[in-house]
Amino acid sequence: MRRYLPQLGLIFGIVVAAIVTRYSDAIDPYVLDIATGAGINVILAVSLNLVNGHTGQFSLGHAGFMAVGAYVSGACSLFLGPRLLGDDPTALSQGLFFLGALTVGGLGAGLAGLLVGVPSLRLRGDYLALVTLGFGEIIRVIIQNMDVVGGALGLNGIPPYTTIFWVLGCVALTIYVVTSLVRSTYGRGFIATHDDEVAAASVGLDTTRYKIVAFVVGAFFAGIAGGLYGHFKLTVLPTGFDFTKSIEIVVMVILGGMGNTLGVVLAAILLTLLPELLRPIAEYRMVLYALLLIALMLLRPQGLLNIRVSKKRRT
Amino acid sequence: MVEFLQQVINGVSLGAIYALLALGYTMVYGVLRFINFAHCDVFMIGAFAGMYIGRHVPEETVWGGLTVLAGAMLICAVLGIVIERLAYRPLRSGPTLNVLITAIGVSLFLEYGAQDEHVFGQRPQAFPQIFPNTSFQLGDVRLSSNQLIVIVVTVILLVGLRLFVMRTRLGTAMRALSFNPKAAQLVGVNNNVVISATFGLGSALAGAGGILYAMNYPSIEPFMGVMPGLKAFVAAVLGGIGNIPGAALGGLLLGVVETFVNGSDYSTYKDAIAFAILILILLFRPAGLLGRSTVEKV
Repeated sequence: MRRYLPQLGLIFGIVVAAIVTRYSDAIDPYVLDIATGAGINVILAVSLNLVNGHTGQFSLGHAGFMAVGAYVSGACSLFLGPRLLGDDPTALSQGLFFLGALTVGGLGAGLAGLLVGVPSLRLRGDYLALVTLGFGEIIRVIIQNMDVVGGALGLNGIPPYTTIFWVLGCVALTIYVVTSLVRSTYGRGFIATHDDEVAAASVGLDTTRYKIVAFVVGAFFAGIAGGLYGHFKLTVLPTGFDFTKSIEIVVMVILGGMGNTLGVVLAAILLTLLPELLRPIAEYRMVLYALLLIALMLLRPQGLLNIRVSKKRRT
Repeated sequence: MVEFLQQVINGVSLGAIYALLALGYTMVYGVLRFINFAHCDVFMIGAFAGMYIGRHVPEETVWGGLTVLAGAMLICAVLGIVIERLAYRPLRSGPTLNVLITAIGVSLFLEYGAQDEHVFGQRPQAFPQIFPNTSFQLGDVRLSSNQLIVIVVTVILLVGLRLFVMRTRLGTAMRALSFNPKAAQLVGVNNNVVISATFGLGSALAGAGGILYAMNYPSIEPFMGVMPGLKAFVAAVLGGIGNIPGAALGGLLLGVVETFVNGSDYSTYKDAIAFAILILILLFRPAGLLGRSTVEKV
């Protein structure tokens, strides 16, 4: 039973997505909006968890890849969409087109991940964190200077393709891919790289390769999340993908417990709901995150939502 | 030629500030082997401390300016020691990743805490003219007094730091600790005292850097430290992280390069140039210009 957990999860997720979509007209639009936001955050957090948690490489530039995905898929829908779909697209062709746009966005982000990852993943720990932070900002600055996609004014008028079905489907797919990747024979390499890079290299694992694979897969899903975000908000601004967004994703991963998918999913949902529930505190969100980071590291470094306390994983 | 000299002067005065900041990164890295993310925010606090002290001393006097400088350095030194004591020391034996995350937390706390309207507020504020402001004409090259002060203060601080590290007992202990913490402890170095002193010293230099930066770019806000901080870190890596003369050299080089790029047709990429340098250094000479490459032992 445990063996097929990821597959069962994927099927369950898609069934839930179908059921929710069937009755989505009956659900309060406000609730749907929050659920969409939470789903996008779950994708971001789970994909970052592959890099930061399972593989142990601390990246601070996840929002940059999200930006690439959002812009590439948004530009696809905006510039290619009218030509390919014509004036009166059917639901099926529109859906297929959106799938294509999301995939292209994800691939673009993955490519950016490869370009960033190859030079920077030679570094460790805090070096890597700073370099990825720098790259995340550079991606944002480059987009800001590109007039084709609106520059500082952002990309406007993206068609509203994102529905709760797409979001839940992508959440299920992300969780499925990440968990089954980590559970596979190949994926043990990620965990080995996390646990002890020198030991992993000494038994013949190409740790750099594992790190790059984790980075590119993480960036791919961040791009998917970006695409969903773009077609949900209908407008994307370069400032929406700054350092703050990266930190938010990192906080989700740390709060959930690095390398613990279930905890990270819960943390992502919790951190999406928190500002909605506590409107007066929303202003102090970043200060709260900062204190949360410090307090967690001092008091409970394995993450608040980590049920299993794994002592041997820590070195 | 005149323009070239002018750019060199501008570059050196910018690079001097990067050098002061880079020293803090490199010193902390030397003793604790981690990058103090909050360092650039200490720089910001230094500038704000200078602004508040500057309101109580006569403007545009040498003594007033020096008081502001000393006051800001003192405040930053205390802040650095407190940060280390409260946030980093309890985690010293833990995984380095945890210390890194805490450092990011401290950095965010300082930035967003400072942004609160009851603290400094979000809007940029004007930094007072604390030193007398004139400019000197050397042939066709113009040198403002602010630039001169930046260079002079940096040189004094660098020489002072060099003497401190090489000649005093505490400086020797610092070098011993960075060489081998356990062996240093065995011969009677009190690691806690030395680490506190390192943080105090590095943060004081960051405070001085903050004042000097604010004098040349007199609009200060809570996020002013982020970009100079990243560049100073690049400068520290460029010179060889953990290496004090390297940090100074890296800072100067980076300042000059950035100023020349800013004066060329590619000025929109001046913020990207630091990262381009970082990538090149890491690909071709990861130990930095003055650093020695170390072999990792298991």
